[in-house]
Amino acid sequence: MENVSVIGTQNKKGQVITDPRVMMNEAPRTPSFYTGSEVIKEAVRRANVDVMVAYPITPQSEAAALCGELFAEGYIGDYFRGESEFAVMSQCAGSAFGGARVFTTTAGPGTLRAMENFPMWAGARLPIQCIVTCRGINSPLSIQPDTIEIAYLMNTGMLVWHAETAQDFYDWILKGYMVSEEPDVHLPLALCCDGFFVTHTKDTVDLTPADMCLPPYDPYRSPVPCMDMECPPVRMMRDPFVMKSNYISYATHASWQQEIWAAAERSRKHTIAWLDGLIDTENLDAEVLIVASGTAVSQGREAIRLLADEGIRVGLVKIKTLRPWPQEELREATKHATHIIVPEFNVIGWLAREIKSTIPRPERVIAGPRVCGGMTMPPEIIVEEIKKALGVRSEVLAGRGG
Amino acid sequence: MSLNYVKFSPGFEAFMPKEYRDMVEHGPFGKKTTVSQMGSFKEILEEHPMCAGCAMTLFIRLAVIAVPNPEDTIMVGTAGCGRLAISQAAIPFVYGNYGDQNGVASGLSRGLRIRFGDQPKDVVVMAGDGGTADIGFQQVLHSWFRKERFTTIMLDNEVYGNTGGQESGMTTRGAVLKMAPLGKKFEKMDMVAMAKIAGCAYIATVVPNTPRRVESCIKKAVLIAREVGPTYIQAYTSCNIEYAIPTDQVMADAKAVEDDRYKFAEYVSDEAKEYLTARYGYKEFVQKPAAAVTHA
Repeated sequence: MENVSVIGTQNKKGQVITDPRVMMNEAPRTPSFYTGSEVIKEAVRRANVDVMVAYPITPQSEAAALCGELFAEGYIGDYFRGESEFAVMSQCAGSAFGGARVFTTTAGPGTLRAMENFPMWAGARLPIQCIVTCRGINSPLSIQPDTIEIAYLMNTGMLVWHAETAQDFYDWILKGYMVSEEPDVHLPLALCCDGFFVTHTKDTVDLTPADMCLPPYDPYRSPVPCMDMECPPVRMMRDPFVMKSNYISYATHASWQQEIWAAAERSRKHTIAWLDGLIDTENLDAEVLIVASGTAVSQGREAIRLLADEGIRVGLVKIKTLRPWPQEELREATKHATHIIVPEFNVIGWLAREIKSTIPRPERVIAGPRVCGGMTMPPEIIVEEIKKALGVRSEVLAGRGG
Repeated sequence: MSLNYVKFSPGFEAFMPKEYRDMVEHGPFGKKTTVSQMGSFKEILEEHPMCAGCAMTLFIRLAVIAVPNPEDTIMVGTAGCGRLAISQAAIPFVYGNYGDQNGVASGLSRGLRIRFGDQPKDVVVMAGDGGTADIGFQQVLHSWFRKERFTTIMLDNEVYGNTGGQESGMTTRGAVLKMAPLGKKFEKMDMVAMAKIAGCAYIATVVPNTPRRVESCIKKAVLIAREVGPTYIQAYTSCNIEYAIPTDQVMADAKAVEDDRYKFAEYVSDEAKEYLTARYGYKEFVQKPAAAVTHA
């Protein structure tokens, strides 16, 4: 294989292929006022994507359709609508097996319908990026924001990141490919956000120049050969272990599953470099810490401001990546805290469970407040939870069981 | 086309297993081999874990000889007996999830076309009747409606063989199998008619006891799928275990079933006929001059 740099050359659309570090860290940024869905489109415009497969499901339908416009404009190599999320994720897998950079989006019930594919993607080491705009998955049918689907994704072997803002989304779509396509990682990425709150609201996002794009995916920088009949050694299931009931079979499967999780661990160093750490922190010396991911972080910030007005100092930990899980970072960040408040947009409190299993003295964790089924999370209910923990009297909020 | 993967890495020649050396030196890659030459070259599929007398294995063996460019062919499949043999062949085999082979093949075919343009990279799906007509039905039909350019081959043994003999949509009515304790209540699904409705450019039904016909059908199907549109081959590949066919009667059964419900039939769209004639020199579709009419 030739070893010629593509940096500085143009892609089919005429965009200049740019060193990703230059593009993301040094290139001028233009503030733009966009919805989250439009931001997805703008990130994909610059991501040199080969194939995108789309399917309608609220709240990702607009983003998926906007990517269709990118295809019509020539920014994406191929684009089509699949017939269900399960089919879409299989189609994505096929393209990735063939060595293409692949992008897709889904949400809520779509994520669950597609679920069989996600461990398969991870097991086949396909660095597909899937945007997950979280929404309710329960019956009765809800299309409203709810992050419960992330609990399922965290056990698939995929990388799982949770964006708070549209700016996170923009940067992380581009940086996500850089991390997940590293040869020592080569895993799919579920890039999650809270549906509607991020996808359907407008925000000012600093965009990199539209005439710059990421380098194309190089399928030969992979831990497993790509299925294009060009790359020795030929990839084949020479001996179908799956049907064998013997120790070699078990050992093969076990070691490969361990390797997938080890690859996710190896993504840590790349992710820290690209995202400037797996967590962001503020006021870690405070007695009370809010630890959150997604838009719960934004609500936490507002609660911190309200409490500051009353003279109560509260710190913040924003968790950016759920896989890899920032275990050491959380232990360090929470070591001075006496109360750890974990606000979440789901009924089960998966984030609080993860944190409890990570840090010493887990009784410090208060798994709430939690809202679900599309409810908003006013900062006042976070304030109330904190005051309760501190033994400070607060006004009872009507209708929230305070 | 790259034949690098069937070459020895310099210095390793003496250390490669005999089977690999035979494949490099006597295999079909980069050559034109036919079923009539069987026994004179190293085949893509030889060793396999299938049951004795398995007609499906014979069909798969013929099919992988018949693919026009084995060096640029990628097979896709799903769970089932066939997978156990196909995955032992010396061409890559992609296994995705249960029943999603036509979705995976759609993406694979498109991804390869993005990367390699017109350079032929043949994607061939081989899956069982359950995988194709039951669990994979939606993705199979949609891939045809979308006119995805790859070949779908159904290995129709009229039963879920790999899981121990359950009724499938392709089982004939009345057959008593697991999960059909009172006999199957509805007719064998007419996937050939559905392929026609969905717009396949080439459709054929075959049985494995006519090797040259199998070869001819598969060659046509793969070539047409390169440019014209989706192609479908439905092959009767009996399960001698679940249907209790004595091993020495497997070919006789295939003949009997051929005569009964699996008569050879071939549909070639006009566009496909034109394409095979113009591009690959097929003579069989050339219009014969009309016989002279004499008036007494």
